[in-house]
Amino acid sequence: MRVLPCADSGLLVELDDLDQVRALHAALEADPPDGVTDFVPAARTLLLRLDPAAADAAGIEQAVRSVRPGEVSTQDSELLRIPVVYDGADLEEVAMLTGLTECEVVEEHTGTEWTVAFGGFAPGFGYLTGGSPRLEVPRRAESRTRVPVGAVGLAGTFSGVYPRESPGGWQLIGRTELRMWDVDRDPPALLRPGVRVRFEEAE
Amino acid sequence: MSVGLEVLETGPLSTVQDLGRPGLAGIGVGISGAADRGSLRLANRLLGNDESAAAVEVTLGGFAARARRDLTVAITGAPCPVTVDGRGAATNALVRVRAGALLRLGVPERGLRSYIAVRGGIAVEPVLGSRSTDVLAGLGPDRLSPGAMLPVGPPPGRCPVTDFAPVAELPADELVLTVVPGPRADWFAGGALDALLSEPYTVTAEANRVGIRLDGPELKRSRDEELPSEGMVVGALQVPPSSRPTLFLADHPVTGGYPVIAVVVSGDVDKAAQARPGMRLRFAVGRRRNR
Repeated sequence: MRVLPCADSGLLVELDDLDQVRALHAALEADPPDGVTDFVPAARTLLLRLDPAAADAAGIEQAVRSVRPGEVSTQDSELLRIPVVYDGADLEEVAMLTGLTECEVVEEHTGTEWTVAFGGFAPGFGYLTGGSPRLEVPRRAESRTRVPVGAVGLAGTFSGVYPRESPGGWQLIGRTELRMWDVDRDPPALLRPGVRVRFEEAE
Repeated sequence: MSVGLEVLETGPLSTVQDLGRPGLAGIGVGISGAADRGSLRLANRLLGNDESAAAVEVTLGGFAARARRDLTVAITGAPCPVTVDGRGAATNALVRVRAGALLRLGVPERGLRSYIAVRGGIAVEPVLGSRSTDVLAGLGPDRLSPGAMLPVGPPPGRCPVTDFAPVAELPADELVLTVVPGPRADWFAGGALDALLSEPYTVTAEANRVGIRLDGPELKRSRDEELPSEGMVVGALQVPPSSRPTLFLADHPVTGGYPVIAVVVSGDVDKAAQARPGMRLRFAVGRRRNR
């Protein structure tokens, strides 16, 4: 573990992998140190945002180092089913890159349970992990300037759903009608860290 | 809740801002809020409001509004000429605006962002607990446009205790900001941090609530691999492939995939939010507080 300062505004905790990030996040969130205003989990880091007026950075670093994270179990977390029409613009490309048929891409995508690891790209976007390793594909060489809301994509080992129309570089394999983000709903984001996801082919 | 201000002119950009939406990073929502938080807080203190009450953030002046009822306002931040029905009024002070009177902010001679707080607070509908417009995420109220009607909340129990606050003058040409190296200073070639700390950087025209693109000496990286996206803080000096840093302000992205060479201390982020294009910024190393 490395703890890197972000002036008086944050502490960036660098860890070995996503499992460690999730374990530390869960442990700290259960009992947040005074002065920590927000946690920003990512693939290999957990950022603690601090209230500069209230936080004792040295004390918080000490607290982080002394945490003994437990095993993170997602078994009892919420399961979200996302119906997808698999007609994405990059489906053929993904099939070619993975050596699968288009039908097999759909089977792999719907065949395993995914888990939201972290957010960050846009409100309501979740990086989904734990899917089939056979679906690992690079991002598109050129980003699209306009990806429609509800587009379901792949990039690296991640899958994700665009919560609104935006630019984007992921390989698009399908689309869902499910509203991933709605500020008038509680919770506004369906994809929150820890939520389990099952994609289902829509009729 | 009744309409307090009818917006007539907005200048280049006027938005409603409070102290933002902390605690929602997990679902990709940034903090947002006033770019110069100290100036917002000061205006609210003058009026007896909660420090977190919402106000109008005016970028480079050019704002005009008509009071729809008697109001008490305070204008802080970039010092701009203020008039009420054509008569001059002070900044950093209580200003009474009668129903029907025209409040106008001219272009500030220094600084970038002025705050118009109203006793009772601007009471537009909050979104996820805040009335701030996040221009990057597209969250919160729309940016203001002529014709917008701004409701004002009930007056707070506290009475204003002072009617004027002395404020240090904003610098005109050059600003010195204190930074702490890291978190990713070790991703840069030897000499990069020295360059950042010894040479001035110029504020380019690409400066908004998200961040300020700076022009100056290149900050070369020593590691070429991709940095997995990680959480960002306000004040971060992130270095994209152009090798010139971007200084993140209130609406910065929640995570970023380029290394941060150093972070401006929180107390100086407000000053950075007042830097206008063409200004020179210098960075000086400071100790991390609380250590």
